[in-house]
Amino acid sequence: MTTRLSARFEQCRASERAALVTFVTAGDPDHATSLEIVKALPEAGADIIELGMPFTDPMADGPAIQASGLRALKGGETLVKTLALVRDFREHDRETPIILMGYYNPIYIHGVARFLDDAKAAGVDGLIVVDLPPEEDDELCLPALESGLAFIRLATPTTDEKRLPKVLGNTRGFVYYVSITGITGAATPDFGAVSAAVSRIKRHTPLPVAVGFGVKTPEHAAAVAEAADAVVIGSSLVEAVRTSLDGQGRATSETVDAVANLVRALAKGVAAVRKAAA
Amino acid sequence: MSVVAKPNSFRSGPDERGRFGVFGGRFVAETLMPLVLDLEHAYTQAKADPSFRADMGSFLRHYVGRPSPLYFAERLTAHLGGAKIYLKREELNHTGSHKVNNVLGQILLARRMGKTRIIAETGAGQHGVATATLCARFGLECVVYMGAVDVERQKPNVTRMNMLGAEVVPVQSGSRTLKDALNEALRDWVTNVADTFYCIGTVAGPHPYPMMVRDFQSVIGDEVREQIEEAEGRLPDSLIACIGGGSNAMGLFHPFLDEPEVAIYGVEAAGHGIASGLHAASLTGGRPGILHGNRTYLLMDQDGQITEAHSISAGLDYPGIGPEHAWLHEAGRVTYLSATDEEALEAFQLLSRLEGIIPALEPAHALARVIELAPKLPSRHVMVVNLSGRGDKDVPQVAEILEKRRT
Repeated sequence: MTTRLSARFEQCRASERAALVTFVTAGDPDHATSLEIVKALPEAGADIIELGMPFTDPMADGPAIQASGLRALKGGETLVKTLALVRDFREHDRETPIILMGYYNPIYIHGVARFLDDAKAAGVDGLIVVDLPPEEDDELCLPALESGLAFIRLATPTTDEKRLPKVLGNTRGFVYYVSITGITGAATPDFGAVSAAVSRIKRHTPLPVAVGFGVKTPEHAAAVAEAADAVVIGSSLVEAVRTSLDGQGRATSETVDAVANLVRALAKGVAAVRKAAA
Repeated sequence: MSVVAKPNSFRSGPDERGRFGVFGGRFVAETLMPLVLDLEHAYTQAKADPSFRADMGSFLRHYVGRPSPLYFAERLTAHLGGAKIYLKREELNHTGSHKVNNVLGQILLARRMGKTRIIAETGAGQHGVATATLCARFGLECVVYMGAVDVERQKPNVTRMNMLGAEVVPVQSGSRTLKDALNEALRDWVTNVADTFYCIGTVAGPHPYPMMVRDFQSVIGDEVREQIEEAEGRLPDSLIACIGGGSNAMGLFHPFLDEPEVAIYGVEAAGHGIASGLHAASLTGGRPGILHGNRTYLLMDQDGQITEAHSISAGLDYPGIGPEHAWLHEAGRVTYLSATDEEALEAFQLLSRLEGIIPALEPAHALARVIELAPKLPSRHVMVVNLSGRGDKDVPQVAEILEKRRT
């Protein structure tokens, strides 16, 4: 079945380049500005949008994304508003896939069935829920697949050969390889090791493999694009939001451009690596 | 509250998925999942190994100072004029609380697993001190995460940890208390997967922690069974303990869960009062959700965002509770009550004056409910209170509060 996600990966393959996946937090620094940021992403070169659902206790995230989530929560962002943001974005863009990324509790409290209905209706394409390993698949992963949403799993350096099939089993859309043991935006990965890991995963699955965590600059992005089907950038984009704010933490006329300009530079880094069409 | 089928035994959990009914589980990032499975495997093997049990027994006796006495509180009993009150003297353990029972088990396990670096979270600092102590004893590197707010209000314990050679990291994120210390410890663990063992201080976190910590703490209840048999020739009529995450309570309760004639009470921290919204009573004022690796009762807002807990006692200042308590609550086996800051302060002073025992503010919450319950009960009613920690760490804080009131 063709989905927005599979179509986008196909397009990138045809243009002989890796896809650029950009993460920003919904509601950061405020709801209206974050909608403008998300709307600006595709034109700046983002192929897939990962939209963070803010949570008070983001255990897998480093200081940059933690702070970004807190800014959004302080501005009154909720799961309902995040879904509304996707709906508003879809009125302008029917092609760019949107993946919601976050933690399970807000979804659980919203109600799993209601969340899946609402997400589907809003135009969400897939989910990444950090604290749901395959051992808890019946919570959200299986119902999501049933409702036609992709469930994108993280594979990590600690996911060994024996465990990999279990992790990949119910994964749809793409596989997200976490390039370091650590939190988002922390250490810079060893790109040689990343390349080996991507090859290892590809032996187990036909799905595209995206790589993220610790990828910050256009040079990093290019290095990852050599090995992977997609490059995920998050912490440096939310840092661009932060540094554009005024003394009171409010958006300025620079905020949207700050993110868009960085995405342009990253897209250039990714596009510079020519990949043979498979 | 959902209806829970009455099980044949209340002591058979968790199931193979780490669940107590619907509570518990393993809600962790993929990076940690292999580590959690390794830990479960290592613990299962250790539990079955007589040499591990012998090591535990020897250290509990000669290093921790167990068994801890079960003391008949004669003057408190006379003062309240009802139930006969026994105190389980966990505050006499080395390091001053029940926390050491669990830490000893986990550190011996970490050694078996070849881990060289220990991390821990702490609220009141009792778990941090116990961890720092055993790391010193076994020559292990020790890093303790502690909310910046708690570092401030529990200074004596920070000094102790430093003297024991541990590094104390003040956590500045979120509400800067115990839950944020836990987040930061998890972030450390996800980063240092090869050499690091995460020593969790309570019956929470992903499976197998709630089960493992409960097992290590059950020495409390096992001893009480023998000691009360010797003192009274029978089982107690009731048990009572304070609950933050709930490890001292689970340790006392678990060996008695299948004795239907024993009434069991857990006491949560009501802070400024449940109605004020400023409390740490997850069962009384929260609802089921997912945090820190398990499904349990949590304090949160409409959107599922975790809210800050409030308690005078740093050790109870946590917006969640161990998953087994959540299950026992819904199954109706344990009755969960709460006590306010004010009630705990009064109980703190009463026990100090009547028995010459300064309790920690945490068990002072349990004592506060004893003060209310005991006078209504007959003199033949035997009640056991878990005196889970000593109050030395709280003396500066309580003195300051009382001083302010005088002026």
